[in-house]
Amino acid sequence: MISQVFILSSQGDHLIYKDFRGEAGSDVVGVFYEKVTALTGDQPPVVMNHGDLHFVHVRQGGLYWVATTTADSSPFTLIEFLNRLAALVKDYCGSLCEKSVQMNFALIYELLDEVVDYGYIQTTSSDVLKNFIQTEAVCSKPFSLFDLSNVGLFGAETQQSKVAPSSAATRPVQSSREQGGKSEIFVDVIERMSVVIGSNGVVMKADVEGEIRVKCFMPSCSEMRIGLNEEFSIGKSQIRGYGAAVRVDECSFHQAVRLDEFSSSRILRLCPSPGEQTVMQYQLSDELPSAPPFRLYPTIERDSGGRLLMYLKLRCDLLPRSAAINVCVTIPVPRGSVSVSQELSSPDQSAELKLQSRAIEWRIPRFPGGTQLSALFKLEAPALGPAPLMEVGPVVLAFELPHLTVTGLQIRFLRLSPVQPGPSQRWIRYVTHSDSYVIRV
Amino acid sequence: MPYLGSEDTVRELRRHLSNPNVQSDPLRYRSSILKVIRAMSQGVDVAGLFSEMVKACATVDIVQKKLVYVFLCSYATLNPELSLLVINTLRKDCQDPNPMVRSLALRNMVNLRLPSLAEYVEQPLSAGLRDRAACVRRVAVLGWAKLHNLQPASEIDAAVVNELYGLLRDPDPVVMVNCLRALEEILKEEGGMAINKPITHHLLNRLGQLDVWGQCEVLRVLQRYRPQSESELFDILSLLDASLVSPHPPVMAATLSLFLVLCPDLPAVSFAALERVRGPLLAACGSASRETRFTALCHIQLLLRSLPGLMGAHYKRFFCGYAEPAYIKQRKMQVLVELVNDDNVAMLLDELRGYCTDVNADTAQAAISAIGRIGRSYSDQCLQILTGLLGLQQEHITSAVVQTMRDLVWVCPQCSDTVCSALEGCEETLQDSQGRQALLWLLAVHGERVRSAPYTLEGFIDGVRGEASPGVKMELLTTTMRLFVCRPAETQDMLGRLLHHCIEEETDMCVRDQALLYYRLLRCGMEETRRVLGGRRSEPSLGVLIGRPAEPISQWASSFNTLEPLKQGAGETETTGRASPQHVTFDLDSDLSDTLNSGAEELDYVCLEERIRCPAVPHCSPQSLQAAMQLVNIQTLAFTAAHASPWRVYLYTHAQQAARSALILGQLLYAGEDEDEDEAGLSEGPSPRGREEEVKVTLKQRPRDEKALQGFLSILTAVLHTLPFNTH
Repeated sequence: MISQVFILSSQGDHLIYKDFRGEAGSDVVGVFYEKVTALTGDQPPVVMNHGDLHFVHVRQGGLYWVATTTADSSPFTLIEFLNRLAALVKDYCGSLCEKSVQMNFALIYELLDEVVDYGYIQTTSSDVLKNFIQTEAVCSKPFSLFDLSNVGLFGAETQQSKVAPSSAATRPVQSSREQGGKSEIFVDVIERMSVVIGSNGVVMKADVEGEIRVKCFMPSCSEMRIGLNEEFSIGKSQIRGYGAAVRVDECSFHQAVRLDEFSSSRILRLCPSPGEQTVMQYQLSDELPSAPPFRLYPTIERDSGGRLLMYLKLRCDLLPRSAAINVCVTIPVPRGSVSVSQELSSPDQSAELKLQSRAIEWRIPRFPGGTQLSALFKLEAPALGPAPLMEVGPVVLAFELPHLTVTGLQIRFLRLSPVQPGPSQRWIRYVTHSDSYVIRV
Repeated sequence: MPYLGSEDTVRELRRHLSNPNVQSDPLRYRSSILKVIRAMSQGVDVAGLFSEMVKACATVDIVQKKLVYVFLCSYATLNPELSLLVINTLRKDCQDPNPMVRSLALRNMVNLRLPSLAEYVEQPLSAGLRDRAACVRRVAVLGWAKLHNLQPASEIDAAVVNELYGLLRDPDPVVMVNCLRALEEILKEEGGMAINKPITHHLLNRLGQLDVWGQCEVLRVLQRYRPQSESELFDILSLLDASLVSPHPPVMAATLSLFLVLCPDLPAVSFAALERVRGPLLAACGSASRETRFTALCHIQLLLRSLPGLMGAHYKRFFCGYAEPAYIKQRKMQVLVELVNDDNVAMLLDELRGYCTDVNADTAQAAISAIGRIGRSYSDQCLQILTGLLGLQQEHITSAVVQTMRDLVWVCPQCSDTVCSALEGCEETLQDSQGRQALLWLLAVHGERVRSAPYTLEGFIDGVRGEASPGVKMELLTTTMRLFVCRPAETQDMLGRLLHHCIEEETDMCVRDQALLYYRLLRCGMEETRRVLGGRRSEPSLGVLIGRPAEPISQWASSFNTLEPLKQGAGETETTGRASPQHVTFDLDSDLSDTLNSGAEELDYVCLEERIRCPAVPHCSPQSLQAAMQLVNIQTLAFTAAHASPWRVYLYTHAQQAARSALILGQLLYAGEDEDEDEAGLSEGPSPRGREEEVKVTLKQRPRDEKALQGFLSILTAVLHTLPFNTH
């Protein structure tokens, strides 16, 4: 049971406040902000209480989404609800940030009114809600040169328009209805990997969590069929003969997905509701089908002048035609380091010493598969401790692998029925993120 | 946030709203109303615009209507008279052919929260229950609950309750769930709605049609149902089995809660259910939302209390991600400590060692103390890591390591040799008082084996003038005394200087008292000093240390799926539960009654004296007394031999309260029969017959918190009453 819901910006501005039960005054918003800003780093902020009023909050899009509750209610439900509310707001407003919430507050009040009544969650399905929500979303389009590049000379379509711009999916669902917006559907396969590689190069832990997300901007779409790889298997026992099987440990589906063709031909059938929804979630632990994408070969020594020399060789083990982008290597360095001088192999890379986090950040915008990069860092540290080498590492990599899934999950086909009357576009996007990629040195 | 010129804003908005040109243009009218709502949600007081907004309510534009209702519902309670004007519009809207308009009007009619409007609302609500559109019925059902709570004193209308029971069979699932909610609210006084067999089976059969939120609600309500036979119970459980492994964490948690409530007498079934939820819980631990992750972790900690081996094979799932916030990392480490076994200890320690050099000092400290806790079962590997960390010579790491070592030595005396050799030279790195106190404690207890101990102490004593923390000074006094007992030649001179300083120049009462106490003690002679100071070197109840016994599920079942496990410090009870010696600010045998009396003049202490009737206490054995006290987390410091007169026990405990911890010291005094007259002279006590069965309790606490003290006293009394009468 929810007593109040409010949304605060990170500076504490009141963006949305709705009281469902009239049990506590609106001054609790201020109380909440005081409490949340007074927390120290190690205190869990998720649940806080003020008298017998409990605050449960999540942070999304740089905003605080807070629910207050008096009874001892289920934390899973409240947190899931707040996350779902944020997702709905994102669907309806296009993007999730302070500005979009501020501009669309009328829409959000309307949403809240339909979603929760008297503190009880009524429905959060966008299928049902679309009949009730009347307000149009106001969306701000940032001016971007990328949009211009798609328009060729005299308005002719250029080659680039075959690729959906990355911002294509950040628009409100409702606009398709009136503005005759493009009818599009996006199917995203998103994987997050967390890997720990020991100092001897052995993979100590490798987990992948993946999901298939459908984002639908179709005015009418009765059924969609998503075909996965035929050799897709779940669980450890089902490994088939010729390797190459795409295997996951556990797999769960959205309750709207019908699985009658899943066991025979790996087809998911569903009627997508407008907006974003996660159709399938899966996990794979311990056994990656291929080698981990990055390996590091470090050599670290102290030279006579009290400097620390770090020679790092980083190898990318992806297939040559794919590449990792936005790679950021973070190398923790000993306390007392003052400055760093570097030798990098190409000018587009950069590296700097972040004194606050006590680490060198080495950024590589694009890292093609099958290649190797090296860097030499000379660290000036006048007051080195007795065991500086113990303080170096573990090295952490953050990266993005576009057009690639680590598990090998692919979408064979995407069929919509009945066939859409007008021009409709179907996009399939794959991406793998690093959740936590740690290499010990 | 202060908004300057809010009156100007209101005046400007009123001018806009009452402008006939604006009113005739729907778009401009709507945008002016938008401005009002925007100001309202930013915290500006726009109550003055109420009458203008009431006028704006009469419109055909649904968006405008919704906006006005948002305003009216917020300010209606301030303007009850003006709100009467709205009710006509609302009642008219309830007849509208559009179901959306009907439901909107009906919902906001009750949301105005005005008891005076109740008579106008009842008729539309009754009609709403029979409306053909489901969305109107949903609103009407909850409307009755709102109406009931507006007038809590009013009679419950039996006809409405019957109608609500009837609507449980409504084809729309949300109407059904809302009926449950409304009935629960209306019949709260009677303990909620009736959950009988037909209703239960009806609800269970419709579970599949509900969405996540509806399922949770139904599962929660069903917790009150008691199946009539075992076969019925198993029918229900098998129906629920699918939702136990639901991919939605709320449903999974609600189902498990129901399982635990339904079969408290069938531990095998409950344990099987815990095994079943392992998969979904682990999945929630890897969820993209970090709040969900945290919630799942806290609940896994609950499960582990009863099934310590549940997650053993999946320990890698609890390795910390690089970018995770500190509070998740710390929970994960707490879980990791529970999961350690012979197979994974090497991997686990390797992982934890990686966190010890974390940039975040809190995380680093948590990792070090986690290693210390594992050290209770795998001391060699852990001590190796800990001594390695001392080599880093980082302030916060060394401090955490020394504190961890102290806690470790207290429970595992066999580690003391390694610890003693590691201690050499680390006093230079220690800066904070916690770490130095720990070092001093170690020197006090194992000083005879640390070669450089007197030199270390000398350094401390030379700097005592600049020392700010009284805790360190008191620890220093005790350490010097104890070292003097075993190494008199080296320490005699510095002890003299220290005592002189503390008695003559010290301003802190506690430090001065303690120094005086030691001075008097020394005058009693060396034998006496040795006897008093020869305290314990390790935790007395060593037997229980090998793993925590599995608790029965009933211990935590009631707090599962509530906010309780997520509260701050909920996970810490365990770590403070086992005695760690740092809490003894007063040394084991310092005469408490002395300090109790002399410290009373300081205002941040609370003293409390009480007499408890419990004949058994002075006659029971020290072991059983200590065991009983430890069950409720009270540590005994010292007691006189049984049958001695007067018979005393000194005890202390830590009251953990919202980040502050308060120390409570206590003394139990049983004067015995022979001192009757003497004591009676001091206080006009009860009859001499009652005297001999009474124990005098003196409690002292800092910082003052009367409530905690009273609570502690009641616990103590309860414990004393449970003691067996045992003469030996």
